[in-house]
Amino acid sequence: MLRKIRITLATVMFIGITLLFLDFTGVAHCWLGWMAKIQFLPAIFALNLIVVVALIVLTLIFGRIYCSIICPLGIFQDVIAWLGKKAKKNRYTASKAISWLRYTMLGVFVVALVAGIGSIFQLLEPYSAFGRIATTIFQPIWKLANNGLAAIAESIDSYAFYSVDVLLPSFGMVLAIAGITCLVLIPLAFANGRTYCNTICPVGTALSFLSRFSLLKIRFDAEKCRSCSLCMKNCKASCIDFKTLTVDYSRCVVCGNCLKNCKFGALKYAVSGVKKSESADASRRSFLVATAALATTAMAQEKKKVDGGFAVIEDKVAPNRQTPLTPPGSLSAKNFAQHCTGCQLCVSKCPNQVLRPSSDLMTLMLPTMSYEMGYCRPECHRCSKVCPTGAIRPIRHDVKASTQIGHAVWVKKNCIPLTDGVECGSCARHCPVGAIEMVPVDAENEESAYVPAVNESRCIGCGACENLCPARPFSAIYVEGHEVHKEI
Amino acid sequence: MEKNISRRSFLKLFGAGTVATTAALVGCKNKATKAVEEEYKEQVEPPVGKMTYRTNPKNGDKVSLLGYGMMRLPTLPVEKEGEDPEFDQEMINKQVDYAIEHGLNYFDTSPAYCRGLSEHCVGIALSRHKRSEYFVATKLSNFAPETQTREASIQMYRNSLRELQVDYIDYYLLHSIGGGGMEAFSARYIDNGMIDYLLTERKAGRIRNLGFSYHGDIEVFDHLLSKHDEYQWDFVMIELNYLDWDYANEINDRNTDARYLYGELEKRGIPTIVMEPLLGGRLANVPQFVATELKKRDPEHSVASWAFRYAGTREGVLTVLSGMTYMEHLKDNLLSYCPLKPLTEEEQRFLDDDIARKLFSMQNIPCTDCKYCMPCPYGVDIPGIFGHYNKCKNDGTLPTDVLDPEYAKLRRNYLIGLDRSVPRLRQANHCIGCGQCEPHCPQNIRITRELHKIDDFVENLKTNKMFRDVKKANQ
Repeated sequence: MLRKIRITLATVMFIGITLLFLDFTGVAHCWLGWMAKIQFLPAIFALNLIVVVALIVLTLIFGRIYCSIICPLGIFQDVIAWLGKKAKKNRYTASKAISWLRYTMLGVFVVALVAGIGSIFQLLEPYSAFGRIATTIFQPIWKLANNGLAAIAESIDSYAFYSVDVLLPSFGMVLAIAGITCLVLIPLAFANGRTYCNTICPVGTALSFLSRFSLLKIRFDAEKCRSCSLCMKNCKASCIDFKTLTVDYSRCVVCGNCLKNCKFGALKYAVSGVKKSESADASRRSFLVATAALATTAMAQEKKKVDGGFAVIEDKVAPNRQTPLTPPGSLSAKNFAQHCTGCQLCVSKCPNQVLRPSSDLMTLMLPTMSYEMGYCRPECHRCSKVCPTGAIRPIRHDVKASTQIGHAVWVKKNCIPLTDGVECGSCARHCPVGAIEMVPVDAENEESAYVPAVNESRCIGCGACENLCPARPFSAIYVEGHEVHKEI
Repeated sequence: MEKNISRRSFLKLFGAGTVATTAALVGCKNKATKAVEEEYKEQVEPPVGKMTYRTNPKNGDKVSLLGYGMMRLPTLPVEKEGEDPEFDQEMINKQVDYAIEHGLNYFDTSPAYCRGLSEHCVGIALSRHKRSEYFVATKLSNFAPETQTREASIQMYRNSLRELQVDYIDYYLLHSIGGGGMEAFSARYIDNGMIDYLLTERKAGRIRNLGFSYHGDIEVFDHLLSKHDEYQWDFVMIELNYLDWDYANEINDRNTDARYLYGELEKRGIPTIVMEPLLGGRLANVPQFVATELKKRDPEHSVASWAFRYAGTREGVLTVLSGMTYMEHLKDNLLSYCPLKPLTEEEQRFLDDDIARKLFSMQNIPCTDCKYCMPCPYGVDIPGIFGHYNKCKNDGTLPTDVLDPEYAKLRRNYLIGLDRSVPRLRQANHCIGCGQCEPHCPQNIRITRELHKIDDFVENLKTNKMFRDVKKANQ
């Protein structure tokens, strides 16, 4: 019974949260957004006291069911472990807890958190690890499948599906990290079940302090037990010692597999009983980091001689912004770095391909903004609506329209009226706040080429000018970020 | 695989059916059935040997009323999105053969068409036929300033002879005079002495007929006709169709009605060659209510057939050019002229007044998809953007009325449809307004203005501004 409830809830949660990451239409978060917001660490970051207290109470009553039915990475491992058990029945053994590793990892995590070393705590945080896998591996597959459907829809003149860009190159490092996470996690979970959760995961370790004192627990009935060891062989947390009739409650995630496998009814999930000691053992893991390089080619304005055909459009190259951009609602670079757990949910939601994981080592998994493929459009605030950690606070359209996240900088040597000798004004025409005006480059000469003049105090840094600037690969106008956002 | 199976089973069924029918009809092929079959065939298969010809008063050339425009040649499917397609030479050959077989004998190309590849493709297709079987027309398309020197222009002319694999050209045109006004005309033909060169070539017989094609500034047209005594134009090519007859000037004040142009030519006895009889397909693809009206009068013929009969009815017309990309276009157009059934006066009035007014009131962007504006140096797909806009306007699916209960759906469909028909980087928001395309447009469309209007329209759809404004007003 316990197991069935657990599986049902976990299935709902896992499908829901995966859909939340897969969805690119901006609809799912209205229904599923809460699933990200009840995650332990994001709730702590968002100072969402109700959720934090609720999760603590939940653990004090039921044990670590958080790990079994709420944590997507935990459920993901259960799915893999389930496949592992199909390959070989009764495959697990009991082991001692590797306490030194658990506490070291938790310590490292807390220190990183306090010291603000984002990449380390983001790497260890389970929900974010799943988010990275979902965003960089699952979502592209989902999008490709969608594009297949869109092609079919187009061929039958239906508008049910529309094609979307599958953003792969800019994932770079984070894709590599997600890939390595998978490579380490999948074999571990396949062979040993919840090893990761009970040796590395800081959330698991933190909850284990509480679960020891939980009201409901898996308890042995010594009289019924025939020492058949089936409970141990099916415990993916390796926390049952059938010889001493003890369960390591710090590692038990209350999956209920032991209850199901006990043929003699010697195990039950109940309130009263006696409590014993703990310990464990497992393996370790390491992370590698890969880099992706961007290739560029040069193109000159093509001269027209014959009719028809298309000019080649070169890809834009991201400028080297001295101050990185953070999305409207993030308040400041500091607030953003302090709260973001690197789950990439906002990246998976950005319809304009503006948000992507940073490739900078210091802010490795933090999302960052860039405008080569799109710009931060006025009608969109999806990232602020989905962010579960308060790194991007909810922001209304009208507030966004007056929130300055950076300002545009003109780069004279790339500007088309000067390089190609033609009229332009694309930046001025597309500026949503009218911060750009075209002025003669030579103030004395009204006949000289007209170039953009940016009123920095009106500019909000949305990047329309940078994205729509015809100069390629380097835009003649680009946005420099601000450390602290302000309303203008 | 599945396709094969279904085809096989279809053939099996079909075979069995044929056997059964043959068995039943042994000895007495049902005459009624045969008549029905013939009648059906007549409606879709043009007959051989029925083409209407017009005679060139100067040299007695018997020119088929339908001429083949080689500006919209068929292409092979592109392998990668965004790449320029390759032209389908096999299909070009096939269609040219079919046309000649059905009596068509006039082929019109230019060194600029089809990214500069048209002459080459036409040369290959025509060289497979006897030189006496066809008339070929090409042009001096020296639009780019670097081709306007005497040497470069002569080189362009000689290259045409080489590409077309001929040693004389039947009809040679000063290409699209009027664009850029008298200034451009002088630079292209007078200052470099090309007009005299071409007159000499005509005398030498390497150009059998010399004429010009006209778009745009009327001053140049009038000037050239005033010099008729000197130049002795053998023909002139103008746009003529039931929308341009009286509405060309109303649609765009920079253009001139075909009624005036044709009248001037007729007065001087100069044969007219008609281009854009269908306005780049816009008169074949009319709004549904107009199509219904045309079909009601003549349900057995296509919508396009009206435009062809219209263009061919006037006796001063030597030939009517149509850029037929597909075999079905070729067949349908041949049907209209094999032989021509001239419009009655009443029918002519019906098109000139009734239909033309309705089309005019649609306020479409008068783009004919000729691609003269392309390639845009900044990558914008100008005809693609206009085409999608016009299509939605004609279909009545343009999301303009926020109070329409369908508005949300239309908005979504328009934006998805736009992304499908024009890649994002080639949409109107990437027009920088440099205006380099505008002098090339034979329709004189104010391209940048129209693109910016569409850009604003799309931007409003994206931000859903109109919808929010209304919501605000209602609160």
